[in-house]
Amino acid sequence: MNTRPRQHLLAIEGMTVSEVVALLDLAENYALLNRSGKTQRDLLRGYTLINLFFEASTRTRTSFELAGKRLGADVLSMSVATSSINKGETLLDTAATLNAMHCDLLVVRHSLSGAANLLAQKVEASVINAGDGTHEHPTQALLDALTILRHKGRIAGLTVAICGDIAHSRVARSNIHLLTMLDATVHLVGPPTLIPSEVESLGWRNGQNAPRVAVFHDMAQGLAGADVVMMLRMQIERMQRSLVPSAREYFRFWGLDKEKLRYARPDALVMHPGPMNRGVEIDSGVADDPQRSVIKEQVEMGVAVRMAVLDTLARASVRHAR
Amino acid sequence: MPADLLFTGARLLDPSSGLDQPGELLVRDGLIFDRGQGLGRPEGAEVVECHGAVLCPGLVDMRAALGEPGFEYRETIDSAASAAVAGGITTLAALPDTKPAIDDPALVHFLHRQAEATGRLTILPYGALTRGCRGEELAEIGLLHEAGAVLFSDGARAVASARLMRIALSYARAFGARVVEHPEEPTLAEGGHATEGELATRLGLEGIPACAETIMVARDIRLAKLTGGAVHFAHISTAEALDLIRAAKAEGLRVSCDTAPPYFAFTEEAIGDFRTYAKFSPPLRCEADRAAVAAALADGTIDAIVSDHQPRDADDKRLPFAQAAPGGAGLATLLSASLIEVHKGTLPLAKAIALLTVQPARLLGSEAGTLSPGKPADLCLFDPEQPWLVEAGALPGKAQNTPFDGQVLKGKVLGTWKRGRRVYP
Repeated sequence: MNTRPRQHLLAIEGMTVSEVVALLDLAENYALLNRSGKTQRDLLRGYTLINLFFEASTRTRTSFELAGKRLGADVLSMSVATSSINKGETLLDTAATLNAMHCDLLVVRHSLSGAANLLAQKVEASVINAGDGTHEHPTQALLDALTILRHKGRIAGLTVAICGDIAHSRVARSNIHLLTMLDATVHLVGPPTLIPSEVESLGWRNGQNAPRVAVFHDMAQGLAGADVVMMLRMQIERMQRSLVPSAREYFRFWGLDKEKLRYARPDALVMHPGPMNRGVEIDSGVADDPQRSVIKEQVEMGVAVRMAVLDTLARASVRHAR
Repeated sequence: MPADLLFTGARLLDPSSGLDQPGELLVRDGLIFDRGQGLGRPEGAEVVECHGAVLCPGLVDMRAALGEPGFEYRETIDSAASAAVAGGITTLAALPDTKPAIDDPALVHFLHRQAEATGRLTILPYGALTRGCRGEELAEIGLLHEAGAVLFSDGARAVASARLMRIALSYARAFGARVVEHPEEPTLAEGGHATEGELATRLGLEGIPACAETIMVARDIRLAKLTGGAVHFAHISTAEALDLIRAAKAEGLRVSCDTAPPYFAFTEEAIGDFRTYAKFSPPLRCEADRAAVAAALADGTIDAIVSDHQPRDADDKRLPFAQAAPGGAGLATLLSASLIEVHKGTLPLAKAIALLTVQPARLLGSEAGTLSPGKPADLCLFDPEQPWLVEAGALPGKAQNTPFDGQVLKGKVLGTWKRGRRVYP
């Protein structure tokens, strides 16, 4: 077993159960601390955290900023509109620049799969993937797991339905890896045009166990027995590419409203990584139902999970180990 | 007048005549004068003792992109010649999708002259099938053919319009010209970077279904049948496409195809964690397809092994996978990589050399690729057992984007001769 601390967080795939459980435990502590108002403002003193966002995302960027500041790091955010990326500078030029600045923790969001892996090969900082194309978004899967744990007390044995545009979703991929690793069953529900090829074979394989991922095109079947219903954002661009004919047809068959939610278990949680398209993939009546929706809590857990990740990687960071 | 050149102690391997025996070969005035045993030693002859290494015709590569004109930062004709002769290649067909595209007779002459200037390599230019290789209107196939273009293609681009392909196949018959297709249905392939399936899904890469190849091959075979034209499919990579080609050949249609070493040496797993040096067009496939390509080398369905040389520099490759340019450097490794199948025991050595010499030469209408007396002494001497380490950065030529980086390949070119003159090493 590899006991060397992890230097980067690029993907859920490839992580071990013990790494994931340790992060979730630590994040649970941070969630409690955050609620109590006590924070450890000196833990990352002297560390520099740069948020490098090649793709707009107020939510994730703010969450990482807050996480870094609560731990006492110097936090800087660079977004594409104000950086030299627009002037033809390549990703690797940016890496060289960041190396010269002696950044310790680098949070990267990019529209192309593998961008975080590429940066991780070239920078000295610990790289945290905040979403790369349609590949992975590991901290989202961790915060989703933490949210589920707080409500259900376990992941093992649960059925989680992930609904919508699986094909273009890094959130779905990271969740498939993480939930199956923790012995949940995953139902993927959506139109056939938005279900990627051979997706059933993704997910964690533990010895002889077959991967527990099943595909459905019908919400009634896909939501049957679900303890959690996780909705994904449906982008207008998919309709322009004819992957689905219209928003209203999509909502009719795959949008989550009170009626479709009845297919799931009566105590099923409703989740969404945000930002929501109300009336496209989710009805406001469900999204805002305090009995069912934990969407706001996901945001809260996001900060706690990112604090746990920054804490863990900073302890393993090369620069400060010297 | 140059001195005679006598190769002794060679294993003479010439698939064009079925020759495979120990012996000697005599070169006079740049031509093969005689071959066999007990040739004697003409006075003043320079002797090359081969120590049992294989002496075969200089390789004939029927598909390579050179970068010149238009992409000289990737490769020039002179730098490509250095890589080619190091790989035992003495004749090479250069793709037309340069900048400008080879759609004017003057550009065909330009390529001939540039190759002549290297003194090491014969270039047989492809002509553009359509103007600018844009797939819209037919290029001047007749005039290009007259100028010396040997094959017609839009290079790395498939002919999207079935109507235009029909016209091209039909019209080219007037000149006995062969049309070469990049068989990939473009609307299915658009935006894709890897073969559709588990790996592409896992990495979050937009996939290209393997049937994009089958569909184009099926379409063009029927158009060849309709028109009586000759179609050649480049870099075939799937079992299904090979089945269609095998059936079309059995039916007597004028259909041929080639493949390149990546398609029998690697599977899609080579892209691993977004390794852009293993990004190809068409993309690498699954193991069943790889095995089918290897089997089709031996059973005669595939007519030639090509380098499919696509020079790229670091800036083209060190990018997120979706942005990285597809293609690999293939000239210097063509022979060694082809020998992988020989060493596995799935392909006889003589068949491998046929796929690299006389078979592509026939498709090109060239008299190269033979050790017959009277023909130019284009020769390749190699040791099929000698291992060497492929290192990106240490290859001859400009392009270093080899997918074999870090691998030890068995089989090394010891020397290359062009018209009797040593051009490598």
